[in-house]
Amino acid sequence: MSDVTLSVRGLRKVIGRRVIIKDLSFELTRGEVFGFLGPNGAGKTTTIRMLVGLIKPTAGTIRICGLDIARQFTKAMSRMGCIVENPELYPFLSGMDNLRHFAVMLRGITRERIDEVVRLVGLEERIGDKVGTYSLGMRQRLGIAQALLGKPDVLILDEPTNGLDPSGIREMRAFIRSLAEKEGLTVLVSSHLLHEIQLMCDRVAIMAKGEIIRVDTVQELLASEERMVWRLRPLPLGRLILSDLTEVLSADEVTVTTVYSERHAGEWSRRLIEAGVSVMEMNRKLPALEDLFLELTGGESID
Amino acid sequence: MINLVHNEMMKLLGKRRFLIIGIIIVVLLALFAYAQARQSEAVKERLGEVDWRTELQQQIVDWQNRLSSAGQWREQLEIQIDQYQYYLDHDVNPSEPGAPSFMRGFTENSAELFLPLLVMIVAVDLVSSERSMGTIKLLLTRPVSRSAVLLSKYIALVLSVSIVIFLFALLSYLISALMFGNKGWTAPVLTGFEVRGGELDASGVRLVSQWQYLLQQFGLAWFISLVVGTLSFMLSILMRSSAAGMGTMLACLISGAILSNMVSSWDSAKYLFMVNLGLMDYMSGSPPPIEGMTLGFSLTVLAVWMAAALAASFAVFTRKDIY
Repeated sequence: MSDVTLSVRGLRKVIGRRVIIKDLSFELTRGEVFGFLGPNGAGKTTTIRMLVGLIKPTAGTIRICGLDIARQFTKAMSRMGCIVENPELYPFLSGMDNLRHFAVMLRGITRERIDEVVRLVGLEERIGDKVGTYSLGMRQRLGIAQALLGKPDVLILDEPTNGLDPSGIREMRAFIRSLAEKEGLTVLVSSHLLHEIQLMCDRVAIMAKGEIIRVDTVQELLASEERMVWRLRPLPLGRLILSDLTEVLSADEVTVTTVYSERHAGEWSRRLIEAGVSVMEMNRKLPALEDLFLELTGGESID
Repeated sequence: MINLVHNEMMKLLGKRRFLIIGIIIVVLLALFAYAQARQSEAVKERLGEVDWRTELQQQIVDWQNRLSSAGQWREQLEIQIDQYQYYLDHDVNPSEPGAPSFMRGFTENSAELFLPLLVMIVAVDLVSSERSMGTIKLLLTRPVSRSAVLLSKYIALVLSVSIVIFLFALLSYLISALMFGNKGWTAPVLTGFEVRGGELDASGVRLVSQWQYLLQQFGLAWFISLVVGTLSFMLSILMRSSAAGMGTMLACLISGAILSNMVSSWDSAKYLFMVNLGLMDYMSGSPPPIEGMTLGFSLTVLAVWMAAALAASFAVFTRKDIY
C-alpha cells in the first residue's frame, strides 16, 4: 500500500448557483501534519465536512486509505477519526458513557482500548463525571479520545486549539505532533491562525474563497514571505546602504523593512556597522496571515 | 443494531425523559382519582340510603316486562339485563368505581391527547436534539450508515411508546387500586356498537369482561401513540428546533379534536390523520366524526400516514447535508 492516506480529487460543492468549493485536489501521507489555513468563510469547514461525510460533494472523490467515502462509507469511516468544530458530546452522560457510546459504533473496541485512550489524553480522574461539568479543555481532550478510539489512520481536527488557554494550546500542539511522529497518523488540522499552523504542521494549504491558492511546506511558505525590520541610527544612511544590498520594501521614520534572508542577514548587518550605522534592532518578522493573503492573491482582500 | 438501540435508550434515560413522564402521569392520575372519589361520594349523598341492589333489581324487572314489546330492541335489552344481573350476582355496585372501571374511563379520555403528548416528549427531539447539541456530527461520521443510525432511533421510539403505555397502565392501576379497591376485573362491558346509515346499529353489541376491554383499549392507545410518535419523529428530522416540531404536532392534535366536531359534511376530511385518532369512540359506540368511518378505516388511514412519515424520514435523513 502506498503512503497516501487521504486523497482528494476535483472536490467541488455548489449550493444553488453559488460555487462554495472550487475543484480542490490534494494528497496527504502517513505521519504528516497538514494544515488548512484560511480566514473564516474561506471554505475550510465545508471542505472538512465533506471529508468526513457530513456534506455530499457536488463533484469529486475523497478516498481514505484508498476507500471512496461515497461508495464505501462505513469502511472508509472506520479508518478516520474527527472532531468537527467544537467537541460536542452528550453533557448528560459521563465521559466514560460517551466513549462507550461511540465505541459501540466502531467494531471490536475493547474495554482496554477505552482505558488506553483515556490515559492517553490524561482524563483518568474525571472520566466518571458528567461531561456537562467538564471545562472546555477537558471536553476537547475527550473529543480527541473519542476520535482515537478506533485507531484511525487519518485524524481530522477542525480548529483544535479553539477556546483553549495558552498552556492547553501548547499541550495540544505537542500531542498532535507526537501522534504524527510516534503513531504515524496523518493529521489534518484547520486554523485561521498562521502562527498556530506554523508551529504544528509540516505542510500547509492556504484557502481563500473556496480555492486552495497554495500548498507548500511551512518553511518554504514562510521563507518567501518573511520580513526583516531594522531600527538604525542614523536611519537615512542605513536605508541607503540597505537598498544597495537588497530590496527595501518599506520605510517609516523609525524603521526600514527589507526581505529576510537567512544567508545574508549577518553580512548586511556587518556592512551597516562598518559604515558607522548603529544597528539598534534587527527583527525577523513572520508575515501576518493578512499580508500573506494580500501577497498570494495579488492584493485581493480577505473579505 | 441492538447495541445502537441500547445507545439510544441510554441517552433517553440520561435525559431523564421517562422520569419526567412518570411524574406527569402520577400527578394527573392523583388529581383525577381524587376528583372521581369526590364525585362518587356526592352521588352517594344525593341518593341517600336507597340500596343500589334494590334499584338494580327493579330496573331488571322493568326491562323484563318490556321485552315482549321491544321488537328490534329486544336483543339489546337482553344484553343489558345480563349486564345488570352480573352486577347483582357479583355484588358490584356499578356507580361505585373499582380500579378497572376507573382505568377504563381514564384511558378512554387520555388516548387521544394526553398519551400522544407524553410520547411526543420523547419523539420530538430524538433527532433534532442531536442537531442542536452538535453531537450529530460525531454520530454520522462513525462507520455506521445513516439509515442504521436512524433505524436504531426509530426502534428506540417504538420501545419508548411501549414503555410509556406500560408505565401509564401500571401507575393508573396502582393508584386507582389504592383509592377504589381492586375489584370488577371480570365485570361485563358493552361493546361492538356500529353506526350505519346515520343510525346506531346495536346488532353487533356484545358483553366483554372489563379486563379484555382494557387490554383492547391499551392496544389502541399504543397504536395512536405510535402514529403520533412517528409523525413527531419525522418533524424532528425536518425541523431544526424541537420547539417548532412540538408546536406543529400540538397544533395538529388540537385541530384534530376541533375538526372532529365540525367536519361531518366535509367528506374528504376523513383522510386526515388527526380526524382518525378517536379510535376509542369506536369501542364505546359514540358516532364517528364523518359518516362511514369505521375502526378498520381509521386504522388503515393512520397506518398509511405512519408509513409515509417513515419513508419521508429515511429519505431526508440519509441525503441531508449537515452544516
